[in-house]
Amino acid sequence: MTETLPGAAIPNPTDEAAITAAVDQAIAAIAGAGTLDELKAVRLAHTGEKSPLSLANREIGGLPKDQKAVAGKLMGSSRGRVNKALADRTAELEAENDARILLEETVDVTAAPRRRRAGARHPLSTLQDRVADIFVGMGWEIAEGPEVESEWFNFDALNFKPDHPAREMQDTFFVEPPEAHLLMRTHTSPVQVRSMLEREVPIYVLCPGKVFRTDELDATHTPVFHQFEGLAIDRKLSMADLRGTLEHFARQMFGDEAQIRLRPNYFPFTEPSAELDIWHPGAKGGPRWIEWGGCGMVNPNVLRAAGIDPDIYSGFAFGMGIERTLMFRNEVGDMRDMIEGDVRFSEHFGMEI
Amino acid sequence: MRIPLSWLREFAAVPAGATAEDVMAELVKVGFEEEEVHRPTDALQGPIVVGQVLSIVKEPQTNGKTINWCQVRVVPEGQAQTLTGDGIDPSGVQGIICGAHNFVEGDKVVVTLPGAVLPGNFHISARKTYGHLSAGMIASVRELGIGEDHDGILVLSRIGLDPEIGADAMDLLGLYDEAAEINVTPDRGYAFSIRGVAREYAHATGTSFTDPAAKVQAPAELSGGYGVKLNDDAPIYGKPGCDRFVARTVRGVDATRPTPPWMTSRLRLAGIRSISLPVDISNYVMLELGQPTHCYDLDKLSGDIVVRRAVAGEKITTLDDKERTLDVEDLLITDGSGAIGIAGVMGGAATEVSDSTSNVLVEAAHFDEVSISRSRRRHKLPSEASKRFERGVDWQVAGIAAQRVVDLLVELAGGAADEAGTDVGTAPDAVTIALPAAFAAQRIGIDFTEEQITTSLVDLGAVVEKADGGWTVTAPSWRNDLETKEDLSEEIARLVGYDNIPATLPVAPPGRGLTRVQQQRRRLIQALADAGLTEVLAYPFVSKAANDTFGVAEQGAARSAVKLANPISEEHGYLRTSILPGLIEVAKRNHSRGFRDLAIFESGLVFLPGGTTGTASIPPLGAKPSDEVLDALYDGVPDQPLYVAAVLTGHDSPAAAGHTPRMWDWSDALDIARLAGDVLGVEIVVSQGAHQAFHPGRAAQLSLRTGEVVGYAGELHPKLLAAQDMPARSVALEFNADTLFEAAADVIVARHISTFPVATQDVALVVPRDIPADHVLEALREGAGELLEDVALFDVYVGKGIEEGKKSLAFGLRFRATDRTLTADEASAAREAAVALAAERFGAVQR
Repeated sequence: MTETLPGAAIPNPTDEAAITAAVDQAIAAIAGAGTLDELKAVRLAHTGEKSPLSLANREIGGLPKDQKAVAGKLMGSSRGRVNKALADRTAELEAENDARILLEETVDVTAAPRRRRAGARHPLSTLQDRVADIFVGMGWEIAEGPEVESEWFNFDALNFKPDHPAREMQDTFFVEPPEAHLLMRTHTSPVQVRSMLEREVPIYVLCPGKVFRTDELDATHTPVFHQFEGLAIDRKLSMADLRGTLEHFARQMFGDEAQIRLRPNYFPFTEPSAELDIWHPGAKGGPRWIEWGGCGMVNPNVLRAAGIDPDIYSGFAFGMGIERTLMFRNEVGDMRDMIEGDVRFSEHFGMEI
Repeated sequence: MRIPLSWLREFAAVPAGATAEDVMAELVKVGFEEEEVHRPTDALQGPIVVGQVLSIVKEPQTNGKTINWCQVRVVPEGQAQTLTGDGIDPSGVQGIICGAHNFVEGDKVVVTLPGAVLPGNFHISARKTYGHLSAGMIASVRELGIGEDHDGILVLSRIGLDPEIGADAMDLLGLYDEAAEINVTPDRGYAFSIRGVAREYAHATGTSFTDPAAKVQAPAELSGGYGVKLNDDAPIYGKPGCDRFVARTVRGVDATRPTPPWMTSRLRLAGIRSISLPVDISNYVMLELGQPTHCYDLDKLSGDIVVRRAVAGEKITTLDDKERTLDVEDLLITDGSGAIGIAGVMGGAATEVSDSTSNVLVEAAHFDEVSISRSRRRHKLPSEASKRFERGVDWQVAGIAAQRVVDLLVELAGGAADEAGTDVGTAPDAVTIALPAAFAAQRIGIDFTEEQITTSLVDLGAVVEKADGGWTVTAPSWRNDLETKEDLSEEIARLVGYDNIPATLPVAPPGRGLTRVQQQRRRLIQALADAGLTEVLAYPFVSKAANDTFGVAEQGAARSAVKLANPISEEHGYLRTSILPGLIEVAKRNHSRGFRDLAIFESGLVFLPGGTTGTASIPPLGAKPSDEVLDALYDGVPDQPLYVAAVLTGHDSPAAAGHTPRMWDWSDALDIARLAGDVLGVEIVVSQGAHQAFHPGRAAQLSLRTGEVVGYAGELHPKLLAAQDMPARSVALEFNADTLFEAAADVIVARHISTFPVATQDVALVVPRDIPADHVLEALREGAGELLEDVALFDVYVGKGIEEGKKSLAFGLRFRATDRTLTADEASAAREAAVALAAERFGAVQR
């Protein structure tokens, strides 16, 4: 391409045919420009100072007065057409160019790196929150207490007689010196006692937390585990209220098909006492009853220890293991997976259970 | 407790075809959990028959041993062998090689024929050995899985048997019987007996029950027997250690007689080894009636038996041949020679029955639960007897049990019972309980009929009398667990069936929801997880060294820690005063599994003992302690604040195409601590910190605005990381979350948002290198006054153009007024004021 058309005669601005030919030539060149750079050269050649149309236009000044208007009009409309063609072609080529650049910028979205890692909650902690939320929804309060506890709160206040075999069955960690009567709580029941001492009746509290027994860690035992225990003290509470509460809770946790079963058992702190089983339709190896926890009507001696008159008030209590719940609900096969802190275990659950 | 089914059938209506599983399924309804099935035929299959040894040919072997080539008749002479199969000789006589020598021609023995299976999945077949075809085995008790005696084969005459040749030896030895093992809760001592379980089986199935005690004809009164004195001068809780002692004499027994197979079979299924006939009888009666008894060699006793507490320094050698030093609280059986038994726990070696015993004194006594329990624990001597005594034995059954032992000694050991006997002691008052008519219905939620209530209680063995507004119930003597109307309500519900309890949902009063602290804790944990950290849980058991390293008090001294009296491992014998040792363990475990890029955190209690530790005594149960006593209990419990800690090792993210991960560094630890402050709305002030677990130059002390220290963050000490085999430059943080929760504002007062334009000014200040940037920033903030909206450090420069020992800090200041557009002069004036204060405090010079 060249900027001018050398040797081309300057067309006469009154010669409509010549001018039209120049215009046609320009428009053809514009249409033929394939890039913005080519178009720039075309623009200079056909609208630059030395282009035939510009030179013809300059000729108008020397024309007789009567021809000036005609030529002016002809040249105006001719240059207008060329300019419009230029503008149109520029827009076209720019759009093409933009599209090409965007196309060139295409990435492989499947190769995107993960820079931000989502963390994870421990499922025992998530499950504990879930349980608490169900009871809070029922109007219950969540109560907590210390993990190293006075023997009185852990045993005596709960009607464990000092020399009764039931006390030994708890496999207790004691704290030095033994004369100080401190231990690691073996259940969250001491929180129930503290709750009764601190609150006015009626009392509806759930006590989740860590508990401790002197078991070695294996696939089904751990010396540190988690429980949630519930306690309700009110006028005229019965075992039917206990069953209704547990049934409601079981259905919130496991769906409307959940069923529970009570079997006679013994705990020093409840009378009557019961073992709580839950029907697990999705259990590995087929539907079956699974032992879930213990429960019963609060023993009057426990109420007396907290200064509550058992002739006016009655109550029920229940307790379940969080590890155990997670094991059968989420098919955790080995206790150690929950205990060892392998990040894969928590990360698999993320923020949910 | 293991229940042989044949035994249970004697007293309860167990269907003929019922298995141990069926029995357990019934017993679980009345509160006995299933444990295990013990069924010999699971490991043992016939044909196992009685054979008679016709001939023995002794054949010496080259290895010096002599084996016996035996012909054994396994079908009565003249009868045909009806069994068929490989190796079964149609003649009825089997040729068998036997290595044992404790039998002679003519002995009747147990022959396991080809096709039989013995414990250990040992299949019997005819096989060539020592030049003969040996078609079967002459069995020892060990091979049959019914005893430990390995020395010789079982010669039936020696266990008092002379059965027909060809008889089913499994039947003869009780091997078709089976036992159901159930868990007995500690309140139900009576269920450690066939008597108790048979009664419960009847309750569970609504069938009949025969009381084994009722079958024994014991004299109504005993007198003139061996002298016994009950002499407890230090009862525990006011209860005498022994309140009944029955002593009976049987003379001329042959203690060497074998125990009959029906008895050894039942004992074995019940989990008790056969020892000798008198001891087996004593154990048998204990299992049947729940009353432990003891047999003394009468001729080894001297003088009256006295039941008393031990004196200081007194010793006894117990049946297990161990000498034990007694405690003054131990209840003893003594005679003229001193202690002859720890009451209810274990007898003494000096007076035990032996093969030469001919005269036996039988003891059946009733001991206090607590006294026995303490002795058992003190001497670590759990026994079948102590297990029953500490849970409670029927006071009334002692005389009957003694009679039963006497009867069996006469019947099986050939003795003759003295008419005279001893029975001293005083029955405890029967427990009577007032049961208001509506009580059980209220407590259980079932509208029991009067009949349901009274029938249930009568079935238990209680005496029920109509009383004003209800009943007066006298608990049966074997139910020491029935003391209150609540206990009775459980029994009624249990017998009517827990499945009949309806479900009603009580409505709690309108609640408060989660407390603020509970919400703060959740928010904090969730925020850390959201920020990319993974929550883990670690045990709170740590070593002393770990506590000394991480549990640093403000003054830099190691914190005191709570020590466990009975830790699982001595190495981890203390409770944590910091979360970090556990987190580092978890980090290392993950490293060893191939995960080196970690960001883990834990929230949990730490244990900080304070001034007082526990209480010297604890108040009794069943009563509310006084406020002073309660306060002492509360105060004695160590402080246990909630701590949150995190450990970060390796990189912040996985390497990927187009992404270079960053190593976690000290500032990440600070950043996370500050994030924790942000989500709680608490400002965390950072200052250069000193903590022995951290890099001395890269640790920050975390405080509140008030100056209270809440924790530490930064790079862990390189030496500690090396010692722990942790990646270099690992970082950590830990803070007291409770303190942060408390510091959060109750109500946040809104701030007016000014819409006037902002005026920004930058300033670079040269200050001595050791001046913390935060202090300079604070001076600027103070100096600038209230027009300053924000100030931030955006560059730290050291090097060319800056004097040695100094650094340049660049700050961006944002000014804005609440009521007008600031002029440039106003903003500059405020900036100059800010710089002036920094200059005054730190000699800061503007660049």
